[in-house]
Amino acid sequence: MSTATEHPTIELDRVVIRFAGDSGDGMQLTGTQFNSVSSLFGNDTATLPDFPAEIRAPAGTLAGVSAFQVHISDHDILTPGDAPSVLVAMNPAALKSNGHFVPPGGTIIVNVDAFDERSLDKAGYTTNPLIDSSLAAYTVYEVPMTSLTMEVGKLAGVKPREAERSKNFFALGLLSWLYSRPTEPTLDWITARFAKTPQVLDANTRAFKAGFNFGETAELFESNYQVRPAVHAPGTYTNVTGNTALAWGLIAAAHQANLPIFLGSYPITPASDILHELAKHKEFGIRTFQAEDEIAGVGAAIGASFGGSLGITTTSGPGIDLKSESIGMAVSLELPLLVVDIQRGGPSTGLPTKTEQSDLLHAMYGRHGEAPVPIVAAMTPSHCFEAAMEAVRIAVTYRTPVFLLSDGYLANGSEPWRLPDVADLPELHVEFATEMNHTEADGTKSFWPYIRDENLARPWAVPGTPGLEHRIGGLEKEDGTGNISYDAENHERMVHLRAAKVAAIARSIPPLEVDDVDGVGGAPVLVLGWGSTYGAIAAGVRRVRARGLKMAHLQLVHLNPFPSDLGDILKAYDHVLVPEANLGQLSKMIRAEYLVDAKILSKVQGSPFRAAEIELAVLELLGVDSPSTTVADEEVAS
Amino acid sequence: MTDTATPTTTAKDWASDQEVRWCPGCGDYSILTAVRMLMPELGTTRENTVFLSGIGCAARFPYYMNSYGLHSIHGRAPAVATGLAVTRPDLDVWVVTGDGDALSIGGNHLIHALRRNVNITILLFNNQIYGLTKGQYSPTSEQGKVTKSTPFGSLETPFNPISLALGAEATFVARTHDMDRKHMQETFRRAHAHKGAAFVEIYQNCNVFNDGAFEKITSKDARPDQLIPLVHGQPIRFGADLQHGVVLDPDGRVRVVEVADVGESSLLVHDEKRDDPGLAFQLSRLARGPYEPTPIGVFRAVEHTEYGAAMSRQLLEANERKGPGDLTALLASGGTWTVEA
Repeated sequence: MSTATEHPTIELDRVVIRFAGDSGDGMQLTGTQFNSVSSLFGNDTATLPDFPAEIRAPAGTLAGVSAFQVHISDHDILTPGDAPSVLVAMNPAALKSNGHFVPPGGTIIVNVDAFDERSLDKAGYTTNPLIDSSLAAYTVYEVPMTSLTMEVGKLAGVKPREAERSKNFFALGLLSWLYSRPTEPTLDWITARFAKTPQVLDANTRAFKAGFNFGETAELFESNYQVRPAVHAPGTYTNVTGNTALAWGLIAAAHQANLPIFLGSYPITPASDILHELAKHKEFGIRTFQAEDEIAGVGAAIGASFGGSLGITTTSGPGIDLKSESIGMAVSLELPLLVVDIQRGGPSTGLPTKTEQSDLLHAMYGRHGEAPVPIVAAMTPSHCFEAAMEAVRIAVTYRTPVFLLSDGYLANGSEPWRLPDVADLPELHVEFATEMNHTEADGTKSFWPYIRDENLARPWAVPGTPGLEHRIGGLEKEDGTGNISYDAENHERMVHLRAAKVAAIARSIPPLEVDDVDGVGGAPVLVLGWGSTYGAIAAGVRRVRARGLKMAHLQLVHLNPFPSDLGDILKAYDHVLVPEANLGQLSKMIRAEYLVDAKILSKVQGSPFRAAEIELAVLELLGVDSPSTTVADEEVAS
Repeated sequence: MTDTATPTTTAKDWASDQEVRWCPGCGDYSILTAVRMLMPELGTTRENTVFLSGIGCAARFPYYMNSYGLHSIHGRAPAVATGLAVTRPDLDVWVVTGDGDALSIGGNHLIHALRRNVNITILLFNNQIYGLTKGQYSPTSEQGKVTKSTPFGSLETPFNPISLALGAEATFVARTHDMDRKHMQETFRRAHAHKGAAFVEIYQNCNVFNDGAFEKITSKDARPDQLIPLVHGQPIRFGADLQHGVVLDPDGRVRVVEVADVGESSLLVHDEKRDDPGLAFQLSRLARGPYEPTPIGVFRAVEHTEYGAAMSRQLLEANERKGPGDLTALLASGGTWTVEA
């Protein structure tokens, strides 16, 4: 296959493509591979999977539509794109539920074979949108994907019903032609992935090639497009999802701390992939335990930490509810524990596959008693690696449970990541206690489990160490000895000590970096984000600045304790705006802590912020009258 | 660790400096004494021994042992112990629990620890009452039990802990009682020696809220006719003159008989090594409650793969197959590309 010569190739600086089809149509696979090949080609990329909670909702229904958005560009980008410029709709339901994402003037490629009366009816269309004028604002390409796929399927010798299943590879081939993607990596990938089923391999290969050739030879498309590689910093890159990066960050941290990992976990969307990834890597000495429930998962992790392992538990919101009592116990025991929360829409079962940032206050306050827990939040898929290492650093240094917050958007989204040099990873080594640490009145040596070091951390004395036998538990302990104590003044002292220990973590957090071209306080508005809003806010900054206006951006990774310079930074701005995928949880914390009028920009639609939404909110704060005039390029280069 | 090593510690070495605060006359004292006295004989060390517990009167046990100890939260001790036991196969891990802790709030963790065959020794102090919360009925209280929370009598069918453990296919299941130190120690010794999850139910008197719950079978006078000792390989017989016995009926049920009526050769010979737990389950149903002839001793002791050992083996095999973990290779495992300077 060679690139078309009869079609002109038009250069684009970026494109956002949304693949949408039935849950069984393989849209996640298609989108992921289109993204991979684009990354390998050298584009900057970002992805947004968007799929239903049901494994297979009834075929052809709106409930069963699964989509995958890919943003590829020749410059660095920060989000999966506000709106797709191209929608690939494999059936009427996909068009119905995703068509509105495409702005007027956009392109829609449909699998016309799927637009029969029954499917139109299932999707709720009373008339065929391909025939009536409802898609007049778009450039619509009607491609008979199913029938063409079935034709080549015959050549592979697969049954018609099976042959039809390769149609996502046809779509992938067509889009690969349309955007001049190299074909070899995809063909290699198909070969590797379907090696065990040669007939399916053959059918998928043929469908992919047929799609590519269709674009080249059919007189349907006037031109095809090219998105040149982005200029990336030199280095070795990989494409990584948030959950994979997080799992690798845990492995790296355990390696740097010289501790074996014990993961106690119960399967839950969207966190299970971390369990899967860690379960694969037993050569690192990782023990993964699929517990009988969420409570056992965290309980076993605490038991492992008591024994000198790095105890980790991974879950999502509903699991945090169940683990809360155990997390409180870890606060009392003062043992390292990592609690990873991949947030999703709530309350209750909520929206299992949709992203939200609504567990922040739960992480902060969701336990009885005064039970402070440090909180670290990841900003981007690849940042999950660094955030995991930082969370482990805090847990082992301060002997405390730590919350690591990610969310569905980061967990399943991916981006190119320049691999760190393993030799440059931070040192996290921690010493177990081996010596008695107290001299009794009669001169004999003894071991007191609650004597504290310069970080207010107590000794980590693991069973098997002679002379350091001790008993700990959830009952209040006497300062120093760790013996049960119901003494009022001792209790107050211990409450303050536990709080002071967590507060003191701020001393180890490096100074914040505010993105403000004129230095801190230069712009009239500071947008303060945390976690996965990073990309949308940073892209929003570019758009505002492209208008010649000023704004500043600060993204928090440490939510508890706050970095010690945060208060001064906040007070340097006239306006502080906090975009959050909740009803204003960080802004509450900011208001309470600093008495700053932090304004809320809330979005709870199960999808991440768009850059334009950030831009609009900032323009409003700045009193700019006509926010409807949009910047030509929705995600401008910095 | 062998059970025959010369003791290097004494019972006193195993007592912590904490004052024991159970109610005077509580059955827990005799269990604590039995354990403290047994430990030196087990040839283990204080530093390699960990007692874990949940919540309840029994759960204070770890504070009174001069070993490592963890007093966790209600019902969760088997889960916490699982994490410890699988990561530290060098340790002796004991779980001390009660009927409320193990069978009510922690029932799920108990059955899963048992079915996984985690290398822990579980001592369940069964007093058929909630003691720490001052006298509500427990999941082992008899139906009709009048307590503060059931002023008109409990409506619930009690759990039989031995039946439950056998249902979860626990590999070691035994029963003993707080009035017989020697029997307790023999039972604990065997439980400790067992590789995998060992479950011991201890009939324990709560003299404040449920005094005499087991008196009908455990008092000195009653024992010969009311306790049925299970001895591996021996016909099941009891009574002052061994005049009673147990037979297996053709329909699969077990029944108490007079030996004189059926002849010695008809008696059921106890086989704790029988892999199918069905017969042991039948034996656990012999008494409807602690007021009629009740089997004590080891119901089941079979060797199955221990969970932590199997987990360690997988790690070892992965290491042999792939070599030790290499971080650089891991980060590159998803495919990479290089941007030249």
